[in-house]
Amino acid sequence: MSARRIPQWADVTLVPLISLLIAFALSALVILAIGEDPVRATRLMVNGALGSTYGWGYTLYYATNFLFTGLAVSIAFQARLFNIGGEGQAMLGGLGVALACLFIPWPNWWTAIIAAMASAALFGALWAMIPAWLQAKRGSHIVITTIMFNFIAFSLMNYLLSHVLRPPASMDPATARFPAQLRLPRLHDILEPLGIEFSRSGPANVMLFIALAACVLAWVMLWRTRLGFEIRAFGQSEPAAHYAGISSVKIIMLVMLISGGLAGMMAVNSVMGGPQRLVMNAVEGAGFIGIAVALMGRSHPFGIIPAALLFGFLFQGGSELAIETSIPREMIVIIQALVIMFTGALDNMVRRPLEAVFVMLRGR
Amino acid sequence: MDIATIVQILDSTLRLATPLLFACLAGLISERAGIFDIGLEGKLLIAAFFSAAYAHYSGSAWVGLGVGVLASVIFGLVHGVASITFRGNQLISGVAINFLAAGMTVVVAQSWFAQGGRTPSLMGDARFQRLDLPFAEALRDVPLLGQVYSQILSGHSILVYLGLACVPLTWWGLYRTRFGLRLRAVGENPAAVDTAGVSVVRLRYMAVIIAGVLCGIGGAYLATSLSAGFVKDMSAGRGFIALAAMIFAKWRPWHALGAVLLFGMLEAIANRFPSLDLGIITLPGQFMSALPYILTVVILAGFVGRAIPPRAGGEPYVKER
Repeated sequence: MSARRIPQWADVTLVPLISLLIAFALSALVILAIGEDPVRATRLMVNGALGSTYGWGYTLYYATNFLFTGLAVSIAFQARLFNIGGEGQAMLGGLGVALACLFIPWPNWWTAIIAAMASAALFGALWAMIPAWLQAKRGSHIVITTIMFNFIAFSLMNYLLSHVLRPPASMDPATARFPAQLRLPRLHDILEPLGIEFSRSGPANVMLFIALAACVLAWVMLWRTRLGFEIRAFGQSEPAAHYAGISSVKIIMLVMLISGGLAGMMAVNSVMGGPQRLVMNAVEGAGFIGIAVALMGRSHPFGIIPAALLFGFLFQGGSELAIETSIPREMIVIIQALVIMFTGALDNMVRRPLEAVFVMLRGR
Repeated sequence: MDIATIVQILDSTLRLATPLLFACLAGLISERAGIFDIGLEGKLLIAAFFSAAYAHYSGSAWVGLGVGVLASVIFGLVHGVASITFRGNQLISGVAINFLAAGMTVVVAQSWFAQGGRTPSLMGDARFQRLDLPFAEALRDVPLLGQVYSQILSGHSILVYLGLACVPLTWWGLYRTRFGLRLRAVGENPAAVDTAGVSVVRLRYMAVIIAGVLCGIGGAYLATSLSAGFVKDMSAGRGFIALAAMIFAKWRPWHALGAVLLFGMLEAIANRFPSLDLGIITLPGQFMSALPYILTVVILAGFVGRAIPPRAGGEPYVKER
């Protein structure tokens, strides 16, 4: 690409914001076209997602999922690897959580959460390892292999949940409930001693803080360690990295293991923090939303945070919208698609006019 | 397993392979021109919905087909604008198209029909009817060949035969016409095509439009022939199986037919036998549904014949100044 013609602050803020505005405007048109009122819809979404601590409890719960999956996609993007397999890696992460919680009698939640996180990360990383190895050693395109692994993961989980892990008395494909002492402390439990009132039923839990910590750690890793430097160098130019003695096999493997591990850890939130058992659709598309979050957040660990919050808001607001109006929940899939389109693929469409504006301003 | 079961499985193999075939050829043409297309799934889905909706309104499956193709071509053009004109990331654009279709079909279906994201069931001429090939009835009792002809090949919708006809047509178009030569060249070395004074942009747009048409027919087949109407997410990963078939076939039309028949057969067997008892082990149905993806990974790994994509695939072409 040519030399940067717009200042960096504009590149990281204006470009995604304008893309987002276009995506929202188009979504509003869709809502108008199906005969609903976009203003009312927005108000319902804001009220439903942010108007009460109950709404915040769900918004932050979903945002926690998206922080993990968004971070997973971002770290891979930093090495210019497109990991579409977050969905499958998170499914396997869920398996890791269920195995850790069901078969070992943990005395309390905090011993269990450490084991569950380790196990989820391990399973997610292992699921990412095969596509990574195939890319590194055999040159198989990682996008295609990770897509294939999503489907394989779905079949595998379907089999395990309906034949192996399902309790004999139960009919639905899900594991038994985890022991009650493994229930993660929710924001209500955390904030109550501080005298802050928070809804008891919002599922946002202690994993939110771990997700935020993961963002900080990812930033430290990417910008303050040798490995991070190698990852970014590899992402900028593979031949240059190779010339500098950076092993492409090592970078691809490590980046994908980290990415898969992060995607897997998302399941600790959505399985242990949510229904307390592993159900078939535990991931709910969060692996794919991670792509939108990473693109929105410009693949930066701190850019991910507002982007994940935004999608948490959309996800929760979207379900409220489905209850109150005839707009189905899938509306947010459209918004998600438009955000991916404009921030990811049509980003030159936004950038070129913006470049022209900046050139004009500078010429004056 | 008796003869009747085998005939039944082969018969549904052909039916289940058809949407895969259209999508697979679409992907093949697009990628041969250097445009990665992981949006096949989305195009199938959007075409399935619009064809079912308009077949319902008009009572004619042909009108449905037309509108379905149009919808799919529009989605293809969006992909074209993003990846050719604005030189965006083709993979990301494909992902966006898949989600756009997944969301749009349900939202619009709910608004038009209020049946939870499905269209009303199609009846009569709103569906493509089965077509009996000539002499199918007369040859019914001829052993083997007659049976194959009248019970497996005959009695499908016209789109199945159209799909089969598209295979030699694609082969001829790609390997025996000037357009095909240029199309393949643009996927391997666009700069050379440009030097020869042929427009890379035009060729790539042509490829994207052809892919849109083919996916549109495949999607219309799903909703107006294989099933009777649209249901939410009815493409069910077929666009990705088609992508797998395309890689499996190493971007060649005749091999694509073989690959989709194989994958169609796996689906037919999985439908017929929820779990397959092979004597030594029992294969669960989930294994059968994962098999196309597993096979593709094995092929991609290059242990059994390496699959090498067109060289310029996925890269936007920037004209030198």
